[in-house]
Amino acid sequence: MSDPKRRGQIQQAPENFLSQDLIADLNQNGMDDTRRGFMRNGFMAALGGAVGLGASMNVLASAEGDPAILEKQVWQTTLGKNVATMPYGAPSIYEANLIRRESPGLTRVSAASVAFTPLQGLFGIITPNGLHFERQHQGWYNIDPEKHRLMVNGLVKHNRVFTMNDLMRLPSVSRIHFIECGANTGLEWGNVAVPTVQYTHGMLSCCEFTGVPLAALLEECGADLKQGKYLLAEGGDGSGMTRTINLSDVLNEAIVAWGMNGEMLRPENGFPLRLVVPGVQGVSWVKWLRRLEVGDMPYATKDEAVHYNDLMPDGMARQYTSIQECKSVITTPSGGQQLLDKGFYNVSGLAWSGRGKVKRVDVSFDGGNNWKTARLETPVLSKALTRFNIDWVWDGSPAILQSRAIDDTGYVQPSIKLLRDVRGTRSIYHNNAIQSWKVGTNGEVSNVQVG
Amino acid sequence: MFKLAKFAKSTLFVATTCFVIGSAVAQNSSTRFPGIGRVATPAEVAAWDIDVRPDFKGLPKGSGSVEQGQKLWESKCSVCHGTFGESNEIFTPIIGGTSADDIKTGRVASLSDRKQPQRTTIMKVATVSSLWDYIYRAMPWNAPRSLTPDDTFALVAYLLSMAEVVPDDFVLSNTNIAEVQKRMPNRNGMTLKHGMWNSKGTPDVHATACMHNCVQFVQIGSELPDYARNAQGNIAEQNRQYGPFRGSDSTKPPLAKLPGAAGEGLAHASETHAISKGPAALFKSENCTACHAMNSKLVGPSVADIASKYQGQSGALDKLMAKVKNGGSGVWGAIPMPPQAQLSEEDRKTLVTWVLSGGK
Repeated sequence: MSDPKRRGQIQQAPENFLSQDLIADLNQNGMDDTRRGFMRNGFMAALGGAVGLGASMNVLASAEGDPAILEKQVWQTTLGKNVATMPYGAPSIYEANLIRRESPGLTRVSAASVAFTPLQGLFGIITPNGLHFERQHQGWYNIDPEKHRLMVNGLVKHNRVFTMNDLMRLPSVSRIHFIECGANTGLEWGNVAVPTVQYTHGMLSCCEFTGVPLAALLEECGADLKQGKYLLAEGGDGSGMTRTINLSDVLNEAIVAWGMNGEMLRPENGFPLRLVVPGVQGVSWVKWLRRLEVGDMPYATKDEAVHYNDLMPDGMARQYTSIQECKSVITTPSGGQQLLDKGFYNVSGLAWSGRGKVKRVDVSFDGGNNWKTARLETPVLSKALTRFNIDWVWDGSPAILQSRAIDDTGYVQPSIKLLRDVRGTRSIYHNNAIQSWKVGTNGEVSNVQVG
Repeated sequence: MFKLAKFAKSTLFVATTCFVIGSAVAQNSSTRFPGIGRVATPAEVAAWDIDVRPDFKGLPKGSGSVEQGQKLWESKCSVCHGTFGESNEIFTPIIGGTSADDIKTGRVASLSDRKQPQRTTIMKVATVSSLWDYIYRAMPWNAPRSLTPDDTFALVAYLLSMAEVVPDDFVLSNTNIAEVQKRMPNRNGMTLKHGMWNSKGTPDVHATACMHNCVQFVQIGSELPDYARNAQGNIAEQNRQYGPFRGSDSTKPPLAKLPGAAGEGLAHASETHAISKGPAALFKSENCTACHAMNSKLVGPSVADIASKYQGQSGALDKLMAKVKNGGSGVWGAIPMPPQAQLSEEDRKTLVTWVLSGGK
C-alpha cells in the first residue's frame, strides 16, 4: 500500500479515518491491541481512497509510524563485518550507479576514448579518485614506478635523469586544482546532443595534487629560462603524448605531481607521475610524464596542430588555445533527473575559472530573464572548482535553470549565442557557455539551449 | 614561490664538478638538492629525445619514396585509415578536402566554405613536422615506435602524394622537407593572435551580468532529440536512487505527471546493483576491444567473423587459445595479433569459448 521509495517521509494521515465511536472509546479506555487493530483497518480503508484522489496527497505510511523506525533492522540486530574486510575500501553497494561512463558512439575504440565523471551525484569540490575522468590516447598501463624515469633536457645546463625515488625526496607542495578537457561540452557546440551533465560537462575533475614545483625542478637542472620560453612535456604511453607548455605563463604554478587526494595517482590518471598545469586544458597535464624539454619555440605536436585548436568562421584556426575560461554548471537538478514533488530544493552546482578565482555565481530559474546570486561554499580557491548553492521552491510550473559564473578578472560566463556570434558553430573545443536545464511540469529535467 | 635561476652560482659549481659520463651515479650539479638525480648519458638522451619541431630541429637523417610508403601503408596503416587515408571507420580521415589552389594560397578553402562534410588531418595540419613526429612516435596504432626514420619519411611522402602536395615519384628526405613545408595546404591557416594562450590573455567574448528583466522573450533554440533520450543508456541507472534527484527512466517515454506517491517511472535500486561480470566484461577489461568489435572489422576481425570462420571445427578452442597466448598473424591480414601472455589459462579459455560462440 505505501510506496517503499517514499518511506522516509513522515506523511499526514488522511482525515476522518477513525469513526466517532472509536475516538470516544480511545478517549475513555486508552490504547490496546484490539483498538490498535481497529485504527490500522480504518487507516488502510481511508488510504485506499486517498491515493485515488491524487498522487501528491501526503499519507502516513501506517497508523503507528514508519516501519523504518518501528521495525528492527538487520543491521541493528546482528553482527556486522570485521575491520579491514575491504582493506582499501569501496563505496556502498547503494552507490553503484555513480561511476565513470563512456558515451556510446563517441569513439570506436575504447583505448582512445573518454570516460566521464558523474558530476550529477558528487558533493563539494573534490572528485573521488575512482571517479576522476579518463581520457586515453593509446590505452593505459600500470607503469612500474621502479622503472619510471623523468628526463629533463633541451636548454638546460645538463640533461638530467630522475627516478621516482629521487623526485619523492624533493620538497613537495599540495594544491587543489580543477582539470578540464578542452573538448568538455564540445558535443554541444552545434546543438543539444546528450542528456545529462555527466556527458555535457563530465570531462572535469578537481583534486588535491602533490608533487615538486616545476620551477624548482627546472632550476635544479639549470634551465635557461631567458631563451627557453616553452616546455615540451612528453608522456610514457604508446602515444608518447606531447604538448607544448607556455612556460612563461605557468612556471610559478605547475607541479610535477605523483599524489592525488592523499594517495598516489591512479594508473588511468598517469601513475606514477603527471604534469599539473593549473588553469590549462587537461591534455597539457601530460600523464606518465617521462620527459621535459626546455625550448625556444612551440613544438606543433599532433594534438596542438590537428586537434585542440579552435576553427573560426573564416577558416582560420586558433592554435595553442589552452586556458579554460570561466564556466559553471548546475549539477543538481540536471538533465535526465526527476524531481519527486513540488516544494523546496537545494539547487547546487560548480563554477571554475582558468584565470583565477570564482568571484560570483548567479542563478536564473526563468531562462535568463531574472537572476539571483548563489552562495559560494568555501574554500574558494584559484583555478579550482567552487561549489555554489541556492534555495528554490518549485511551484510545479515549467522552469529553465541556468548558472552564470564571474571570475576575479571580471569575465562573465557567456551565453551559447554570444559565444557562437564570435566563434561560429563548428568549433569543438573550449565551449564555456551557460548551460540551461528545463524542468517540465512532470518534474523531469532535460537539456535545452536557450536562444 | 621559487625565485628562478640564479645561474651564476650553479655554473661555477658545475665547472668544478667532475662528471663520470655513463656512470649511473654521476655527480649532482646542484647546490640545492645534492644527491638527487644524475646526468643523462648521450645514448639516453638520443633514445628519448625524438621530437621534431616545425623548424625540423630533431629530424633524423633519412629518406623514403612514395612507392615505399604505399607498401608500408597498405600493410600497416590502411586497416584503420583506408587505402587512401580516407577511412572514417575508426579514426577521422587523414586525406581529402584540399585542392591545388590551397597549395598555392596556404589556406584550405573548404575550412570556411563548409563544402567538406568532415575536417581531415591534411586540411588542418599546418606543419609537415607534426605529421612526421606523430607517425614516428606513435604509429602504427597497435605497435607504436616500431617504424624507422626511413619508414616514416616514406609514409609521410605517401600521405602527401595522396593529397597531391608532392608528385607520385617523390622521395622525401631530411634535406628537402623544408621545401615541402612551403606547399602544405593549410600552412597559413593557424593563428596565435588570441587570448587563450596565457592566463592574462584578452577574452574574445564580453558578456554582461544583467540581473533583472534581461531578456524579453525566452526561446528554446535546441532540445535533446527524441532518439537521443536513451542513447547513453538508461539514465535511471546512472543516478543515485535515493535522495531528491532520481534519474528518469529513459527506456520509457517521459512521465505524464509528477511521480508523487505512486513513484511511477522511478527506478528501483535493487534492479541496477548487479555488476557485470563474465566473458563480455573480460573481453572489455582485457582490452580486446582495442582491436576487435562485435560485428565490424576494426584492426582485427570481428567476434562474429571469428565465430563463423571456426564454426564446427574440431580443435578450434585449443588452436585459438594458443594463438591468444603466443600471438599470430596472416589469417586475417597483415596486422599481427600481439601475444597476450598476461592472461590466465582460465581467462583465455573463457574468452576464446565466448568468442567462438559469437559472443553469446
